[in-house]
Amino acid sequence: MRSGTVYTETMIWSAPEAFAAEAPYQTVIVSLDDGGRVTGRVMGERVAIDDRVVEAETRDGVPFFRKG
Amino acid sequence: MRAVAVVGIGKTPFGAFPDRGLRSLAVEAGEKCLRNGAVKPSQVESFYLGNFAGPAFVGQNHLAPYVSTALGIQGVPATRIEAACASSGSAFFHAWAEVAAGISDVVMVVGVEKMTSQPTARVSQILAEAGDCSGEMKAGSTFASLFAMIARRHMHDFGTKREHLAAVAVKNHAAGALNPDAHMRKNITPEQAMKAKPIAEPLTLYDCSLISDGAAAVILAPLERAAEFTAKPVRVLGIAQASDYVALDQKADITTFPAVRKAAEKAYAMAGVGPHEIEFAEIHDCFTIAEIIATEDLGFVKRGEGGPYAFAGCTGLKGERPVNSSGGLKAKGHPVGATGVAQIYDLATQIRGESGERQLARHSLGLAQNLGGSGATCVVSILGAA
Repeated sequence: MRSGTVYTETMIWSAPEAFAAEAPYQTVIVSLDDGGRVTGRVMGERVAIDDRVVEAETRDGVPFFRKG
Repeated sequence: MRAVAVVGIGKTPFGAFPDRGLRSLAVEAGEKCLRNGAVKPSQVESFYLGNFAGPAFVGQNHLAPYVSTALGIQGVPATRIEAACASSGSAFFHAWAEVAAGISDVVMVVGVEKMTSQPTARVSQILAEAGDCSGEMKAGSTFASLFAMIARRHMHDFGTKREHLAAVAVKNHAAGALNPDAHMRKNITPEQAMKAKPIAEPLTLYDCSLISDGAAAVILAPLERAAEFTAKPVRVLGIAQASDYVALDQKADITTFPAVRKAAEKAYAMAGVGPHEIEFAEIHDCFTIAEIIATEDLGFVKRGEGGPYAFAGCTGLKGERPVNSSGGLKAKGHPVGATGVAQIYDLATQIRGESGERQLARHSLGLAQNLGGSGATCVVSILGAA
């Protein structure tokens, strides 16, 4: 699974129609160890800039990251 | 390349108008503009419409002739331009190019958006479609969340504070309170701004621009013919449009907008002026952090100094370089497709000395910066007294 460092993040409280039932949820841009950046979601504990994260699973092409 | 002037301006109030349709708003702005410029519909040689999402918001496509014919403008090219929130800034750029190139003499540009007929979650969804739907938007991003991520990184890299963001909101609400055409005419305190409900952390409700209905229009003509239409022409001294990635995660550094820097550099070169000569500006404050970064990218201050600059009051109505004396997108309102032309309207009104209580002491050289998406399109225009 991919791993990397949190480049930036936010906790979304006001979600678009398709995600309204999931709010609040955290999104991140992760700088991947293998290069490049990807936008994903956070599972479990909240993360902050510079935290290390690993990809826990992928749902419909969206990576979900977990602290660690 | 010919010198080009704005010879007519018109605008509706911005707000939530449940009984008004898209075309009715566009026609009101257009008719006011034709009267302001003493231009007959039959004299208009080409028509541009800036509109982001009419098909999604109101279910109508083929919008340019839908509006132009309602204004009595017949037979001429009628072209819609979509560039997210920079739709009508881009329409203005292309209209300017057509006049500057000598293809047409009298060209009208209308910007319009009718947003409030949809609930907020649906509006967020439609706006999100201006992002990358294969990546960031699939993850549940909103535009507020993209700018929230930009704010977080700007805070991390430069020490920008929550108080700095609030200062922008307080300032723009103060100007909007004096603007009879603004969507929200009320003053707010920094505490209110910071303690409001979170939208996407660290942004609260007061960091976000408004969901509005409205339209704005301008007419361009060669400077040498301007006197036929108005005693107060406003000259387009410099203008440029630039582009960048749509997805935020493709950018090397999200605390600066390369498209803003490129458009500004070209517009300054065309106008023969530098950032420190600009007396006032209308800046795309879709979110408070966007105004802070724009003051840096436009060269008003160095990178990382935009927050303290706003917090010190330098961009207030009485500051050294007033920004958003109209109230900005924050308080004037942000019918997205209307915003670019509305900024030109606001610059022209200041340059003509017609801004009432908001009239600035120095108002002969102004800059408008219109941003699309999270920075994928930017149009910078520099206007001055002719």
